[in-house]
Amino acid sequence: MTETSEGYTTADGRQIGGVLMEMKNITLRFGGVTAIKDISFDIREGEIRAIIGPNGAGKSSMLNVISGFYHPQEGEVWFHGSKRPAMKPYQVAQQGIARTFQNIALFEGMSVLNNVMTGRLTHMTTNMAQQAMWWGKAEREEVENREIVEKIIDFLEIQHIRKTPVSRLPYGLKKRVELARALAAEPKLLLLDEPMAGMNVEEKEDMSRFILDVNDEFGTTIALIEHDMGVVMDLSDRVVVMDYGKKIGDGTPDEVRNNQDVIDAYLGVAHD
Amino acid sequence: MFYREAGDFSTTYQADAQTFPIKYERWGYYAILAVAFGVVPFFINDYWANAVMIPFLIYAIAALGLNILTGYCGQVSLGTGGFMAVGAYAVYKLMTSFPEVNIAFHVLGAGLVTAGVGVLFGLPSLRIKGFYLAVATLAAQFFLVWLFNKVPWFYNYSASGQITAPERTVFGVVVTGPNTDAAAKYLFCLVFVFLCAWLARNLTRGSFGRKWMAIRDMDIAAEIIGVYPLAAKLSAFAVSSFFIGVSGALFFSVYLGAVEVTEAFGIQKSFLVLFMIIIGGLGSIFGSFAGAAFLVLMPVLLKNILVGQLGWPTDLATHFEFMIVGALIVTFLILEPHGLAQLWRVTKEKLRLWPFPH
Ligand SMILES: Nc1ncnc2c1ncn2[C@@H]1O[C@H](COP(=O)(O)OP(=O)(O)OP(=O)(O)O)[C@@H](O)[C@H]1O
Ligand SMILES: [Mg+2]
Repeated sequence: MTETSEGYTTADGRQIGGVLMEMKNITLRFGGVTAIKDISFDIREGEIRAIIGPNGAGKSSMLNVISGFYHPQEGEVWFHGSKRPAMKPYQVAQQGIARTFQNIALFEGMSVLNNVMTGRLTHMTTNMAQQAMWWGKAEREEVENREIVEKIIDFLEIQHIRKTPVSRLPYGLKKRVELARALAAEPKLLLLDEPMAGMNVEEKEDMSRFILDVNDEFGTTIALIEHDMGVVMDLSDRVVVMDYGKKIGDGTPDEVRNNQDVIDAYLGVAHD
Repeated sequence: MFYREAGDFSTTYQADAQTFPIKYERWGYYAILAVAFGVVPFFINDYWANAVMIPFLIYAIAALGLNILTGYCGQVSLGTGGFMAVGAYAVYKLMTSFPEVNIAFHVLGAGLVTAGVGVLFGLPSLRIKGFYLAVATLAAQFFLVWLFNKVPWFYNYSASGQITAPERTVFGVVVTGPNTDAAAKYLFCLVFVFLCAWLARNLTRGSFGRKWMAIRDMDIAAEIIGVYPLAAKLSAFAVSSFFIGVSGALFFSVYLGAVEVTEAFGIQKSFLVLFMIIIGGLGSIFGSFAGAAFLVLMPVLLKNILVGQLGWPTDLATHFEFMIVGALIVTFLILEPHGLAQLWRVTKEKLRLWPFPH
């Protein structure tokens, strides 16, 4: 693989574009704890980028920096070629970044359909007066967005639970609905925090297939955190490895797998 | 099999977003509307109007309002009485300042004024949640009542400190003041109920309703999908207060006619409306009506039975009523947090399968 500023071609022949998001020297501290220490890496247009590392390495914190939950003490976040000012999570969402959570964060009191529809909120712009009258634009907007949502529901094969309250669903399906909600936003960048945690082999296979299909069919750039190394090796184009808040590896799955620091971190070599 | 959903498919997304996608429910709704507008006015008398129908309609609007804020958006409020008072005093000031304008506009204007006040008192909700927000709205309740007692401008410097509704007409028919007819008052309130329920339904089925429910269910996740919490919460406060203001305006101008603020809009009003939505069902428009009907009808019924039939003393009957309401609140909170509306849904699910439940 040869990387240029224009991009590169993956082993399976997909064309990866220029840099979409770049983290520059990010340092994040919580009181005395340094969750992220001076980490830089980039995410390119169209690629599947994995972030791996042992528990507590700072992976979720990194996603939280990207999505505006945490504000790093040092470092810069660049998106679409320009430096991003400090942003609130809702502003990040409006820029076209959607995500799922390590612990499912669905709206338990709403149906699957309504949950996925909330993913469209950044695209729905009718004002309160139009909504209140339910005339013209409000209804049209509802129907247009419903059509998009129905496509995603079909795509993720959750038609049969469309009207079911989310609180009644089993864990694996909830994870899928959360992915549907994120996809509904038609994001440029999709962040997935352990999308397969707690799933059985079959569910993991389904989820892997969905992630690949999303990337393939919609061209969505994906950054994902995952513990299952097999899955990571199968899915991702490039991998960032974190340990104790530091970046200890960055490259293709093969490169990372043969990196001595990474092997040490995973085999639990003592830190000095 | 009287009630069924089978064979009743929505073929378009428009149809699926309808208020009553099921044919039986739609017919039921039209029937209720026809009776409410076309039959009741011919039979209503002063007793039914004053004891049952008008308070029911007015409380239904207040319950709708509180349900938007608490049931849909998850922001607990104990300030309902205070906001009703804002509606009442606003309509009074409007009626006396612009006597040439139709009262219907005054009522709507009072709703808008209350919406503004509601947004103001909703500002703390950005920082505080749950119990603490409830306490903050409680402060609003006491402050507003104190304000209307204290500042004579609000009651036009009347000696009694009360406000009294002057006579006003709609299409030549008197709707406020002492010379009103039961049917006219009833219809006037009914129009506002219909309007408010329609607005509430439209707002809750679209993107605003989803924003509110997202904030209610998990505010962090709501923010991550792009909901601006400030706008979502304040819009819920505005809409909710608008309805509550309209109900306060009607409560004063059409129902009571004269009001002393501490008595009419005290903290017990806040609790009464809160109980209505708890018993009726949080996050349900039907529940707002069911709760209002229940808490308006129950005292009337109890009084008729206990005092009228069994000859109990009135105060004993009143205490008995408190006990029943208290027990019901506890029961609903523990067993059925979604209230009468949920019981109705469950009944429908059963009916759908009846007589072959398996
Ligand atoms: N809000 C917070 N306040 C204080 N410390 C935090 C906070 N969030 C994360 N941390 C700390 O930062 C470090 C990294 O946590 P993080 O959740 O990012 O790890 P992770 O790599 O996602 O781990 P896991 O694989 O267990 O999910 C941990 O030591 C954690 O305790
Ligand atoms: Mg994590």
